[in-house]
Amino acid sequence: MALLELRNVSKAFGGLQVIDRLDMHVNEGEIVSVIGPNGAGKTTVFNLITGIFRVDSGEIVFEGEKVSGLSPHKITNHGIARTFQTLRLFLNMTVLENVMAATYGHTRASIVEAMLQLPRSRREERRIKALAEEKLAFFGERLAGYRHDQPAYSLSYANRRRLEIARAMATNARLLLLDEPAAGMNPHETHEITELIGKLRDDAGYSILVIEHDMHVVEGISNRVVALDHGVKIAEGSFDEVATHPLVIEAYLGARAEAEAV
Amino acid sequence: MSSQGGHQGEDLTAVPPERLDAIEAGVGTDEWVAQAEERRIARTGLSGLVQRGWEGIPPAGHLAILMGPFVLFPFITNEGNLYRYGLLTLLYALLALGLNVVVGFAGLLDLGYVAFFGCGAYLYGIMASGHTGHHLAAQWAIPIATVATGLVGLLLGLTSWRLLGDYLAIVTLFFLQAFVIFVNNANGGLNDFSYPFVGKVDLTGGANGLDQIDPFHLFGLHITTTKGYYFFTLISLTLLMTMLFFVNRSRTGRAWRALREDPLAAETMTIPVNRLKLLAFMFGAATAGFSGTIYGAVQSGAFPGDYDVGLLITIYAIVILGGLGSIGGVVIGALIVNGAPELLRSSANARFLFYGVLVLALFIALRPWYKPLIVLFGTVAFGFAVHGIATAVWSRGTAGHIDGGGAFGRGLEHWVLLPARTNTIAGWAYFALVAAALVLTLVRGWWRVVVLIPTLYLAAFVWENKLVEQVSGATRLILLGALLVVIMNVRPAGIFGTSRVEIV
Repeated sequence: MALLELRNVSKAFGGLQVIDRLDMHVNEGEIVSVIGPNGAGKTTVFNLITGIFRVDSGEIVFEGEKVSGLSPHKITNHGIARTFQTLRLFLNMTVLENVMAATYGHTRASIVEAMLQLPRSRREERRIKALAEEKLAFFGERLAGYRHDQPAYSLSYANRRRLEIARAMATNARLLLLDEPAAGMNPHETHEITELIGKLRDDAGYSILVIEHDMHVVEGISNRVVALDHGVKIAEGSFDEVATHPLVIEAYLGARAEAEAV
Repeated sequence: MSSQGGHQGEDLTAVPPERLDAIEAGVGTDEWVAQAEERRIARTGLSGLVQRGWEGIPPAGHLAILMGPFVLFPFITNEGNLYRYGLLTLLYALLALGLNVVVGFAGLLDLGYVAFFGCGAYLYGIMASGHTGHHLAAQWAIPIATVATGLVGLLLGLTSWRLLGDYLAIVTLFFLQAFVIFVNNANGGLNDFSYPFVGKVDLTGGANGLDQIDPFHLFGLHITTTKGYYFFTLISLTLLMTMLFFVNRSRTGRAWRALREDPLAAETMTIPVNRLKLLAFMFGAATAGFSGTIYGAVQSGAFPGDYDVGLLITIYAIVILGGLGSIGGVVIGALIVNGAPELLRSSANARFLFYGVLVLALFIALRPWYKPLIVLFGTVAFGFAVHGIATAVWSRGTAGHIDGGGAFGRGLEHWVLLPARTNTIAGWAYFALVAAALVLTLVRGWWRVVVLIPTLYLAAFVWENKLVEQVSGATRLILLGALLVVIMNVRPAGIFGTSRVEIV
């Protein structure tokens, strides 16, 4: 059974149909890439899945439970966590705090317990500190040791992207939605992030839905590729199938280019 | 050519291996960025030494250093000063601490905060005062008033459930106005509201306020003296600061700060943003309510005029001055905002502050380091020269005296001109000073240094001959404003605040 399933999902902003009767799924242990030209509705799909936008019609099902219509923090608690295309870290909190903040959903100590430092609060603090350190350790030296107590704004761009992924991992999600993880990175860093996404699936066991413009990254990591254009799914399959699909080529290059090529 | 090559070889061998790695990695990589940040943060000189020393002390030590002097204060002062400088400062700090949770931690602009302060005082007064005839013991009345005020905060928060920023500010400011109008009118008069079951009740005493509020009777212990309330407030403040320190490091504190940084990201990271906003609002309201009960008992009354926008601005000034989101900062902020205007009532204190602010501003505004020194010594020499000439040709110009200035004042008499009749000449000098200040903004470089010397002397002249006479009035406020400007220039994020980065 599919881990995440979008059934006939539609979304319009005023008269503009951004997502039109979209069917899509992500299986357990799979990396699915969403590609498409600018304005195709890729990020809107992410916003719909995470509950930032409400679906107009259709439904989104995660692990057999309907999650569309829930508020974002509840959806994340179900096990879907995301990163943002334009980074949205808690810049003035430390690296470790950024990751620890995302454990709110699976901790329970109340404000009174924290005030009086009752056992449960202290136990939970120890647990989530270890959890955050473990998630950060996944990124090797990049986010190790002395960086934990530095404010997030002091990190380099690439490290901020890594920190966003670490923060999403700390929510105890099973499905990660990565919005352009390689955007703005140099070739070396892009290569690293490609390997990292593979490791997230193979070593850490996450299922991943990723939006990416860099076709080398898409080719390197995807089990399956979904191509969108104007909110409609125009192709789905392996990277080679989608990349050579006439509709995809048309969406990226325009119809005339194809006519001339023939 | 050959020597150049030799130099290069030396340089390469001189670089330690770990630096070589950094060079290989090149500009723009993580290591370099991290080091740049470290370089930026690392302070040199005295300020760095103080900073590192302060950071080396554990949190409990910080609390002891901050609150220790307050424990000793009652034993070295009299009743009046203990009330003015001690108790009021502590009450302000307690109020500011609650506001700091709302504004500093959660980032909600709450302009109705003072209404909760009033709410606490009135609720306590209704439960325990000669005015209403009920005399509930304080160990019951204080918690009830605190919790009830927290619930009022919850109700207000619920109405503004989705509001943020400017809109929340408007709603809460409206609430404060509504509160003041309500307590002004709820006296059971002809036009007053008739409540279900009980009919017309004198709830708040109207414009005259609630009088004869009981002092605290806590478990049979009667608190009647200023010293008693002082220690009660001190203990409450210390406990609350400790608790907030723990909350700040807990999941709730992190969630508050996260929602201040980026509400949308916080929401998608499992944090129920709306619920936490309400919690912060309630927490702030309850703290204000608790402070209100103390204030009501200390004053043995609650009056509508006490809970107005003026107090709100004072509390905000304390929070911002101390540093948004800093727990210890509110105490320092309260000390300055409450203490400074009182201290400035005496002309000797005001004189020290005046010259202190001038010199401090000089050293902050002028770079490099030798320019302020030149101006300082230049002004001193200029003054003695002018005074010397005046003694020779215009004896009336040095005939005045400085009252109550001590050794410093006697020194000034040999430096600044003090004409026997000051009225006309000081007025003209004031205008000249304003003109000189305008000229100062137009000139650049060394000309500015040259113009500064007579301008500063003129400022001292105006101060000693005109402003110092009105030190308990307008001058005091001008000085206080100047002091705040200087502090906020030195520490833009507040005294204990850490500067925040919005967009990088």
